[in-house]
Amino acid sequence: MTVMEQRGAYRPTPPPAWQPRTDPAPLLPDALPHRVLGTRAADRVDPDLLRRLYAELVRGRRYNTQATALTKQGRLAVYPSSNGQEACEVAAALVLEERDWLFPSYRDTLAAVARGLDPVQALTLLRGDRHTGYDPYEHRVAPLCTPLATQLPHAVGLAHAARLKGDDVVALALVGDGGTSEGDFHEALNFAAVWQAPVVFLVQNNGFAISVPLAKQTAAPSLAHKAVGYGMPGRLVDGNDAVAVHEVLGEAIAHARAGLGPTLVEAVTYRMEAHTNADDDKRYREDTEVEAWRAHDPIALMEHALTERGLLDEDGVRAVREDAEAMAADLRERMNQDPVLDPMDLFAHVYARPTANLLEQEAQLRAELDAEARHHDDEHDDEYGGEATDARSHEPEGNTR
Amino acid sequence: MTTVAVKPATMAQALGRALRDAMTDDPTVHVMGEDVGTLGGVFRVTDGLAKEFGEDRVTDTPLAEAGILGTAVGMAMYGLRPVVEMQFDAFAYPAFEQLISHVAKMRNRTRGAMPLPLTVRVPYGGGIGGVEHHSDSSEAYYMATPGLHVVTPATVADAYGLLREAIASDDPVVFLEPKRLYWSKDSWNPDEPQAVEPIGRAVVRRRGRSATLITYGPSVPVCLEAADAARAEGWDLEVVDLRSLVPFDDETVAASVRRTGRAVVVHESGGYGGPGGEIAARVTERCFHHLEAPVLRVAGFDIPYPPPMLERHHLPGVDRILDAVARLQWEAQS
Repeated sequence: MTVMEQRGAYRPTPPPAWQPRTDPAPLLPDALPHRVLGTRAADRVDPDLLRRLYAELVRGRRYNTQATALTKQGRLAVYPSSNGQEACEVAAALVLEERDWLFPSYRDTLAAVARGLDPVQALTLLRGDRHTGYDPYEHRVAPLCTPLATQLPHAVGLAHAARLKGDDVVALALVGDGGTSEGDFHEALNFAAVWQAPVVFLVQNNGFAISVPLAKQTAAPSLAHKAVGYGMPGRLVDGNDAVAVHEVLGEAIAHARAGLGPTLVEAVTYRMEAHTNADDDKRYREDTEVEAWRAHDPIALMEHALTERGLLDEDGVRAVREDAEAMAADLRERMNQDPVLDPMDLFAHVYARPTANLLEQEAQLRAELDAEARHHDDEHDDEYGGEATDARSHEPEGNTR
Repeated sequence: MTTVAVKPATMAQALGRALRDAMTDDPTVHVMGEDVGTLGGVFRVTDGLAKEFGEDRVTDTPLAEAGILGTAVGMAMYGLRPVVEMQFDAFAYPAFEQLISHVAKMRNRTRGAMPLPLTVRVPYGGGIGGVEHHSDSSEAYYMATPGLHVVTPATVADAYGLLREAIASDDPVVFLEPKRLYWSKDSWNPDEPQAVEPIGRAVVRRRGRSATLITYGPSVPVCLEAADAARAEGWDLEVVDLRSLVPFDDETVAASVRRTGRAVVVHESGGYGGPGGEIAARVTERCFHHLEAPVLRVAGFDIPYPPPMLERHHLPGVDRILDAVARLQWEAQS
């Protein structure tokens, strides 16, 4: 006889029955990544969409290679290439309406550019001249975010605020596979689902968080599975198939716009280059693996689909490449110009109203710059016998804003 | 106008009134946090707001501080003015990355295009018998982050006025509420809430000639008490209430110390790496030739916040302040 039985009478009242949600969303993600290109479904895709995606893919690839070249010339401090992931980038940009918002991470310059940002302005963070070279409101692109996943709650908050104001706006937030391990990823998805915020999360699963492979990142069957626990739909898509990504994101955005809440989309793709130009990917992956993914190249897939349907010939390919080449040449030329910076800008945007403390420091820097300029003038006088003008004064020739 | 038996309000009520008035005046003001809705906040600061303004504007969020502040950032990006509650000082730490990496920097990162006018309310400090993680004084962390304003009221009137100022500010404000003063009352008339000076002005709470006590938030009443007690020793102490740690009012502080020639900084957070070090350095830089003695600090000990039964030994009290005043080299002058 147990102690409890000896005591006899204790009969706990059962707690009130737990009520499952009566109307669960279709939670489980697809078993296999959704594909369109190379399937019969490709035949029904709008030719204009195919052509637009193709042109942006080629431009995107060219942008990546040009930016990487600029790191070698010292024109860019660092560049995280998205070669191999262009389909995700391009689809993310093209699927949004003008009024929608994009929340990119540091690797998502292509998405920002495809959404309309000036290619040079999209690189200012990575060039090192200013953190955000563009006005986020102009194209509704949030600042490229360096901390991982911290932009996701911003997307949720913005989408929520838009809905509170009665605006028909959806936010699309981009994050990598590594970012899904961050607390902010969890909190953002949870808030989004609880608030039924009109937001879509796109995880670009490119296989590695710098060097750490997905298997060491998560024990989940897929990253899309993570949606289940939050009570939102999860979708799995072939991240190298621009049409498929566009289609799945499009459905998720329509879902959000209809007031049905967020979706988590996992795009399975592969980062063909190292994490950045500063990384050595030979230390953590085999060439054979990279080569295997080359056969599934997003641009080759699209070219094949377009050619099969008779939508693309050699002239068409040439035209698209020439356009991309022109963009690269323009980027190269403009990036080879020295940015003109005003040191006094250091204090310009810390507070709406500068504190007395900052005003003092501003005066200090002003005095230092004046002294430097005088010193420079003196040297100049010595050298050229007093003929005064100094072209490299610290005053910028034109306001850069 | 004659005042007919005004029922004095507590600081918590004044804060609630400030939120209510701000929400009434400006439809973009939203209050959010854990328990701020139905419950009215664990300190009842937001009592009644959800009923009055609805769940869309007074939102009980999931329990996740990074998420609370992170979503508030997004809401501010879209033109709202969120007022976020962190419930307790140490509960704000999960939100630090959002605060430091985004809230404080967004204006700067975007060259002024994307300011974030949001207010983070943090009940802080000890003295209420809270268990661990409920009594931290975290102001030094916030002060060390450019882009934030850091404000802390010590009176009921300031609680109302400064919170209104914080919400109206186009810069993000960390609004530190001294939780042991939540139930304090003073002459503030809840029927006639008054504006105060803009954020960044210190105020002389008590005039004196012998030495200046420089303090803020929960230590202000303690310093006023010490100043009263000091009269018996023949010291006539001035008490400066900073009200705002960022921006710092060097002018008021330095003017006071130049008058008195002696200064003691009093706060309950730890002294090492604490606000007092910065304040003492600033005073010394500006008033060296007026000083009769080194600037002293009376701070909490440099220990993790102690268990409630020992906190009275940790918190700077009247005796410890008077001891410091006694060490201000009075002999040298006589």
